Amino acid sequence: MKGGFWQNLDLWARRCLPAVFCLFFVLLSVLPIPIPGYSSIVPMLTLACIFFWAIHHPRLLPPLVVFAVGLVEDILSGAPMGAGAVVLLLAYGVTVSQRRFFHNRSFLQVWTGFGIVALGAAALSWLMAVIVSGAFAPPQAAFFQYLLTLAVYPLVTWVLHRAQRLVPVEV
Amino acid sequence: MDYRRPGLIARIAVPFRGAAQRFALGFLVLASFVLIFLGKTDVVVMERARTAVTDVVTPILETLAEPVSAVNRGLDHLGQLAALYDENQRLRQEVARLRSWHGVALRLEAENKSFREMLAYRGAGRRSFVSARVIADGRGPFVKSVLVNTGRRDGVEKGQAAATPLGLVGRVSESGARSARILMITDLNSRIPVLVEESRARAILAGDNSERPQLVFLPDGSRVTVGQRVVTSGHGGALPYGIPVGVVSAVTGGIIRIRPFVDWERLEYVQIIEYDAAPPPSSEGAAPKAVR
Repeated sequence: MKGGFWQNLDLWARRCLPAVFCLFFVLLSVLPIPIPGYSSIVPMLTLACIFFWAIHHPRLLPPLVVFAVGLVEDILSGAPMGAGAVVLLLAYGVTVSQRRFFHNRSFLQVWTGFGIVALGAAALSWLMAVIVSGAFAPPQAAFFQYLLTLAVYPLVTWVLHRAQRLVPVEV
Repeated sequence: MDYRRPGLIARIAVPFRGAAQRFALGFLVLASFVLIFLGKTDVVVMERARTAVTDVVTPILETLAEPVSAVNRGLDHLGQLAALYDENQRLRQEVARLRSWHGVALRLEAENKSFREMLAYRGAGRRSFVSARVIADGRGPFVKSVLVNTGRRDGVEKGQAAATPLGLVGRVSESGARSARILMITDLNSRIPVLVEESRARAILAGDNSERPQLVFLPDGSRVTVGQRVVTSGHGGALPYGIPVGVVSAVTGGIIRIRPFVDWERLEYVQIIEYDAAPPPSSEGAAPKAVR
């Protein structure tokens, strides 16, 4: 496909959309929102975003980008660098390996799939926190975070489905 | 496209691509673990990398935080409208009460001043502060820290205290050119030298990621009871003396917990206190240096 400069730029920009959305969700999830208790149970928006693109356009979201997104999130949220990246990379890996299963499935089935991936991710990030900090942390907050993540997933998907129309079809 | 029956080329290409991807994935997971390990050892490069990223993202976060705080202000406004009358009554009573306290404070200040002159006492260090806006919240249940929009450009350095008018928030744990991270007193890694105001017993306030940090290393035989105020002790020189921290909320089985004064849910602005423990003789009191 050969087009003019602007056409190439446009195509390139569209190809960047998955990465851009992931970064946007990172920023969204660190915004200080003054709801009591919210900061300890912020939904894992980035995870939902990566899950979505891993199913629909894994080639536009290579592991290196997932790694970078994870690092940025760790840095902004003040977590140990790499702790969140591991969780996102593993969730990404599992999703990509199972992506065929998710094609042509009903929304409810995909949601259930996300529920399983997110449960693993929440458990892993709790485990990482315990290992890295060297102190036991009560798992309740992690569980509520998981529930909230599950609850916002439809909203994230709705936004990303709309964005997906701009993404070029893979050849 | 039928995903269950790939064509000839796809049948050859897909596993190959898969292998390369899997290798990249494995490598990056390993890299993450290496980073976690390096982070534990406090490498300077890591801190530089962190502050470089926060510096870049700060303007974007400032912009994004704007509508959030606007909505918040609006809601606050509506909430206050409803309680206007009661609030007014309450404030009138409070003003009457505080007026008498104001008189007492003025008298004590004058008295203190004359005592200081008599004793040729060198002031308790010079402090000035920079106001900063909270632009990102420590996400997740395990990190208790916030990102603010001031940095070394405004004189914010690692180790300085961050407070609101209500009390101590935490200390600066990283400072970039225009952003800084504040580790809250509730964080697992937070250790603040404090003293119990009444008994003057020194102790360390140790966070444990719960809402109520613990008082540890109290001298033997010191008596602490619920309701006593805890303030920063100024030992170690990095923090000034006397920033209110919280009140003792529970003493059970040798574990003393403090309820911080700070309202964590409404943490929009903090003051970062620049403190010089060995001041020139004639300096006193807090003065705003810059407001952002």
